[in-house]
Amino acid sequence: MDVFLDPANRQAYLDGFLTILKLTGASALLALVLGMLLAACRVSPVPVLRALGAGWVHLFRNTPLTLVILFCFFGLYSAVGVEFSEDIHINNYWLAVTGLSAYTAAFVCEAIRSGINTVPVGQAEAARALGLSFSQNLRLIILPQAMRSVVAPLGSILIALTKNATIAGVIGVAEASSAMKALIESNGDQTIAIFAVFALTFVALLVPVGYAFSALANRLVVRR
Amino acid sequence: MSASVLYDHPGPRARARNRVLSVVFAVLLVAGLYGIYRAFDSTQQWTWQKWQPFFETVTVNGQTANFWTDYAWPGLLATLQAAATAMLLALAFGLVFSVARLSEHWWIRVPAGVVVEFFRAVPVLLMIFFLSFGGFWVFGTLIPPFWSVVIGLTLYNGSVLAEAFRAGIRAVPKGQSEAAYSLGLTKGQVMRVILIPQAARSMLPVIVSQLVVVLKDTALGYIVSYPELMLEGSKGYAVFTNAVPTFMVLALIYIVINGLLTLVAHLLERRANRLGVTNPATKAATAATAATGLGGGGGGSGA
Repeated sequence: MDVFLDPANRQAYLDGFLTILKLTGASALLALVLGMLLAACRVSPVPVLRALGAGWVHLFRNTPLTLVILFCFFGLYSAVGVEFSEDIHINNYWLAVTGLSAYTAAFVCEAIRSGINTVPVGQAEAARALGLSFSQNLRLIILPQAMRSVVAPLGSILIALTKNATIAGVIGVAEASSAMKALIESNGDQTIAIFAVFALTFVALLVPVGYAFSALANRLVVRR
Repeated sequence: MSASVLYDHPGPRARARNRVLSVVFAVLLVAGLYGIYRAFDSTQQWTWQKWQPFFETVTVNGQTANFWTDYAWPGLLATLQAAATAMLLALAFGLVFSVARLSEHWWIRVPAGVVVEFFRAVPVLLMIFFLSFGGFWVFGTLIPPFWSVVIGLTLYNGSVLAEAFRAGIRAVPKGQSEAAYSLGLTKGQVMRVILIPQAARSMLPVIVSQLVVVLKDTALGYIVSYPELMLEGSKGYAVFTNAVPTFMVLALIYIVINGLLTLVAHLLERRANRLGVTNPATKAATAATAATGLGGGGGGSGA
């Protein structure tokens, strides 16, 4: 374990996970907003919007994240000239966030859509029979029930996103997996200890999140 | 009809309004697509010179190369090979660990649970780096990129499948195993002959969807120099100097293959429903895990 006695190495480890958390935080927020908009498109009565939502989901669900993030670098940055910052590190961070958000939004959209589909048609029919308007129906009847069944899938998506953030390393973001690789390359004799520390940090971060979300989902579940 | 929960069948007024909205959003969408086209056009991404390699063999600086036969096809074969190997191993891993987690002995059940939880929480990329860069120190021999990718994918997807199988096995109605025990079957026989066959059939769609996750994640091989589709494609654009068009074509290849796999999963699900092999309890359980697995997966995928 002496590899972690060196303050520089400890800093690399901490910075790596801090970057993972920053990538996850920003992407989770953006993906949630974008995913909700896409879900709204997918269930709207306007065919063009439905096609847009479906197209986005098919595009990003079937493309490897490595490709999406590389495209953000080569396509958005190099070819189109999308530049978030003069500082290359900050720029790469936001390019990675762009890719992660666009990719994750497709999964959020599908989770919300299937949540809406779990609400029995009778609920909406009863609401309409009582004279509730479209927006009342949505606000008071459908979304409260749908959001409850969306909690568990959203938890899994958040966990997947945190792990996917390691792929940002492919465009040079100094996240945890790159930090681990660098540490192993300079301290090969302590490979097992280094891997154990990094892997167990992920376990310590993600297993409680998983349990918290399933506990929450169990509490909120609509029993039918 | 997915939308029927939200709104009634449209009457004449609603239909007229939807038509107007359709036109408005169609115009906006076309404008957006044209904006994207123009943005890429500003750095000449649509020129014939950049797209020619996808249609014919070209000679660049005296070097003759064909995108499909020299790069895409060998890369695709390597991708499929890694995905197929990882999937087979993941199925075996998933089967063993799902049964182990259902064991009556705590000294089998608990360690199996720890292993599954561990590999579900650790990013695949971390395992691949461990094997590729630390393999020499731990095992005394360099691990070829193919095996670091395959082992990494096996451990993660095997754990996801283990959870799906476990839910599927537990959802087989209790009467099935009770009847089997009363006929004098042993514990192993009940699992092998009664429970696993019933659970497996209803889980075929889940297995095929997991294959999409595996196939996508083979792209991680790019990072450790396994010559799969992404890496071969990048060798191609180094020659043809057409990075952006190549990424678009590579994405299209992945979308076509994964689209076909998803279609197969849907057909299998429909067939299972039609034949009635799926009892509602099993189906609910697998669907629940599939939703969670999606995280992994898809998303999850990832790494």
